[in-house]
Amino acid sequence: MGYRWDWEVFLRDTGGDQTYLEWMLSAWGWTLSVAACSWIIALAVGVFIGTLRTLPSRALTTIGNAWVELFRNIPLLVQIFLWYHVVPALFPVMRSAPSFLLVICALGFFTSARVAEQVRAGIQSLPSGQRNAGLAMGLTLAQTYRFVVLPMAFRIIIPPLTSEAMNIIKNSSVAFAVSISELTLFALQAQEETSRGIEIYLAVTSLYMMSAFAVNRVMAWIERRVRVPGYVGAGR
Amino acid sequence: MLDLDLTFFSADLFEKFILKGLLFSFQLTFVAMIGGIVFGTLLAMMRLSGMSWLALPATAYVNGMRSIPLVMVILWFFLLIPFVIGRPIGAELSAFITFTAFEAAYYSEIMRAGIQSISRGQVYAGQAVGLSYGQNMRYVILPQAFRNMLPVLLTQTIILFQDTSLVYAIGAYDLLRGFEISGKNMNRPIEAYLLAAVTYFVICYSLSYCVKRLQRRIAIIR
Repeated sequence: MGYRWDWEVFLRDTGGDQTYLEWMLSAWGWTLSVAACSWIIALAVGVFIGTLRTLPSRALTTIGNAWVELFRNIPLLVQIFLWYHVVPALFPVMRSAPSFLLVICALGFFTSARVAEQVRAGIQSLPSGQRNAGLAMGLTLAQTYRFVVLPMAFRIIIPPLTSEAMNIIKNSSVAFAVSISELTLFALQAQEETSRGIEIYLAVTSLYMMSAFAVNRVMAWIERRVRVPGYVGAGR
Repeated sequence: MLDLDLTFFSADLFEKFILKGLLFSFQLTFVAMIGGIVFGTLLAMMRLSGMSWLALPATAYVNGMRSIPLVMVILWFFLLIPFVIGRPIGAELSAFITFTAFEAAYYSEIMRAGIQSISRGQVYAGQAVGLSYGQNMRYVILPQAFRNMLPVLLTQTIILFQDTSLVYAIGAYDLLRGFEISGKNMNRPIEAYLLAAVTYFVICYSLSYCVKRLQRRIAIIR
């Protein structure tokens, strides 16, 4: 195909005192910070909810299950709209919240349901003797979780958490819908302004792939660092 | 607290704005599911064929699709299809092509796991009674693989149904758009978004409940 490439588009001025390249790099920064902040929320909430679902209390298990079903059965885009349009209207406290905060709550809670599912599976995959041994030694249930169950469960679930971490980078692209100036919104707007869609999409796509690959490497490194010799397989 | 007023939502409104979007979302899910499973199975067979000229492109396709955000894939196809065929196509048609191509990558991973879960003995038995490669696949391996993977395939379809809301990026008229537009028209955007969330939840939750029951039944038969 006789397509005439025009990579100089990235050096063109956007009319806002910066080039498209600079705009793209700052958009990349937004993508990474949305993903990173949401990941922190997702991990914290997900570990909490996932642990609830394994406790010997019927009520807590039900709460945990309801949480997971709620956040898993509504599309991410709808959840983002809920946080962006509905939450500020229902709770006046949130009215002045920046959209960045609302988006990381949406993405974080959405992912927390998936993390909770992995955490529950990880805890339940441990032989029950481990928990019983902890309790038999006189540890309280909380201590058993803190010193026996969770440290092993975390190591087991690192591979599925790796793919969730890569998913969160990809899912951060949905934030374009509420005008977070991340990579996808940059791609849409720059494509419209310059009509050099192919060059711009190629650059944006490779930034997404690089980010996901970097996450993959970091998680593999963590997996190697924390492995218990002779127990859980090492990262690739 | 804000007063919610759900009375604006009537059968008339449903018929006028939402039904069209709901039908499109279902159609898109259905077409992408069938197309995705067919192409996904072909991709899985290519990857397992043991011939590198078939396996390498299939692997590159699957891994490539899976490492790009769906929104970017939607935008790519919307940009490239008119560029290749030389005339613009609508957002709806573009969505059908995009989702089939995108979901094929995900279904292919499921089908690959399904094919690999069939024990070697089954394959050898098929060969021993003189079936060709195609016959062996058609009559022995694929039916079992498909059956083993049915719950996973359906779970992926529920995810696919949720993902169809992302056609928002190219402005196709789907379920979410239907609610958004009726909310704008009736000046009740907040209630409309809430209703959209409830609708998606009810559909996805009941589907995943059915999948769970199916899974239990299959587990007993096996």
